[in-house]
Amino acid sequence: MTSSVLMQAIISGILVGGVYALIGVGLTIIFGVMRVINFAHGDLMMVGMYLTYFLFTQLGIDPFVSVIITIPTMFIFGGIIQKLFINRIIGSLPQNQILLTIGLGLIMSNSAMLAFTSDYKILTTSYSSSSFNIMGISISQPLALSFLITAVITLLLYWFFMKTDTGQAIRATAQDREAAQLMGINVKRMSIIAFGLGASLAGTAGALISPTYYIFPQVGSAFTLKAFVITVLGGMGSIVGATLGGIIIGVVESVGAVTISSDWKDVLVFSIFLLVLLIKPAGLMGKSST
Amino acid sequence: MLKIDKLNFSYGDLKVLWEIDLEVNQGEIVTVVGANGAGKSTTLKNISRLVKPNSGSMTFNGVDLTRLESHQVVEQGVVQVPEGRKIFPEMTVMENLRMGSYIPSARKEREKNMALVFTLFPRLKEREKQLGGTMSGGEQQMLAIGRGLMANPKLLLLDEPSLGLSPLFVKNIFDIIIEINRQGVTILLVEQNVYQSLRIANRAYVLETGRVVLTGTGTDLLNNDHIKKAFLGM
Ligand SMILES: Nc1ncnc2c1ncn2[C@@H]1O[C@H](COP(=O)(O)OP(=O)(O)O)[C@@H](O)[C@H]1O
Ligand SMILES: [Mg+2]
Repeated sequence: MTSSVLMQAIISGILVGGVYALIGVGLTIIFGVMRVINFAHGDLMMVGMYLTYFLFTQLGIDPFVSVIITIPTMFIFGGIIQKLFINRIIGSLPQNQILLTIGLGLIMSNSAMLAFTSDYKILTTSYSSSSFNIMGISISQPLALSFLITAVITLLLYWFFMKTDTGQAIRATAQDREAAQLMGINVKRMSIIAFGLGASLAGTAGALISPTYYIFPQVGSAFTLKAFVITVLGGMGSIVGATLGGIIIGVVESVGAVTISSDWKDVLVFSIFLLVLLIKPAGLMGKSST
Repeated sequence: MLKIDKLNFSYGDLKVLWEIDLEVNQGEIVTVVGANGAGKSTTLKNISRLVKPNSGSMTFNGVDLTRLESHQVVEQGVVQVPEGRKIFPEMTVMENLRMGSYIPSARKEREKNMALVFTLFPRLKEREKQLGGTMSGGEQQMLAIGRGLMANPKLLLLDEPSLGLSPLFVKNIFDIIIEINRQGVTILLVEQNVYQSLRIANRAYVLETGRVVLTGTGTDLLNNDHIKKAFLGM
């Protein structure tokens, strides 16, 4: 195998990893603020995929343009889920939280099955399989575009959390919910915003991969698992960690597929995952205590 | 200003507060003293609406606090500096202070209040970029009080501000409480350091196993035989 093949694999791994990072960041925000693991996360991504598919086939809106619609729609969708369901189970027994989010995920995937049947859908754009060359490395155009959008979203998110009052209030809520209440922060509203953000990141990831993935009602479950791996790898609750985790998983998968075989890429992913947790149980960016 | 009438509260089956009556008038320093586990923190948590009472009434300037959520109590001007400081560990000193002025009315006076906090605690200015979690206990206490002041409190609830501080620092904290009060902030101070808090208080309440057993002026209680025996080791 030549080094250019390896280079090629690393580059496409990073590009795919950007989308994984979005999914992981969403899960980690939700966990950080609510201490709830959202087992419906992949299903939110699936909803984003179908939304994109619908907008493309019915209204002819390009998948990458449609994120402008997907982001606010999924934000509102997530906010409603938080307000109606998740806000009621904050601080309750973990098994209840797990059951609720798994249940919500099942409702989403089964509704998708009712509405769209379980057929695999393919969203083919004019550029779905086009690519361009930089220094002899071929780069898929939809992947590059999605990475660019991912990068912009990540930077905006960073700005939001570091510089705005609402962003800081969400961080404060994650660090100490009770102290946040004593600062006059409406923590229930912060939770709604946090879940809205998480859902909109997952939905956006769905939109971004829809030109290169099959779309079907159960596509979410594999991604819930992936999001979980990414989040734990990066350190639960750490946004930087989840970003890093997403890129690492993307690269491992892609390099694993060309060096060993694509059947083995998941084995490789989980080996890396276990290895990191053995060395650093709290994850890459996690706090070792608590 | 603050008026609590016949407040009863329990954690599940464990009854913690019995018929608490407590009043704070504008401009006062009022202290609630009592042993560990007497129910002092629980009283403050009720005022801040972090927990919900079984019965009783609480009003602040005529506003019924029992109808409000925690964040709305802060908007009324009742601000708590909790026991154990509860600094946001992953935020800088500056960010912690900014969070103190999160409510809209305080946001407008952010610069002014920040300057005020820095004159009161010059140490915080030196440490403004340090993460809250990495500061010493004394510095965290300064930050917690400073953060509380950022909210423009009318009534400041202080839960054991002297806990875990060096003796030198304890004196310092009580001086600062007097100074904050001079600047027009009414104070409800909960303490186990009975001597120091009675010394600075206009009025005091003694809490024993969830009941108010004694009340009077700070000076009266300092000379009270029961207090001398039970708390001052005399
Ligand atoms: N979260 C809680 N759950 C159950 N019991 C509690 C809780 N917090 C405090 N208590 C109990 O309530 C009583 C009063 O506690 P607290 O108000 O913290 O006392 P103080 O602040 O005077 O030391 C104690 O008996 C304590 O054990
Ligand atoms: Mg206490």
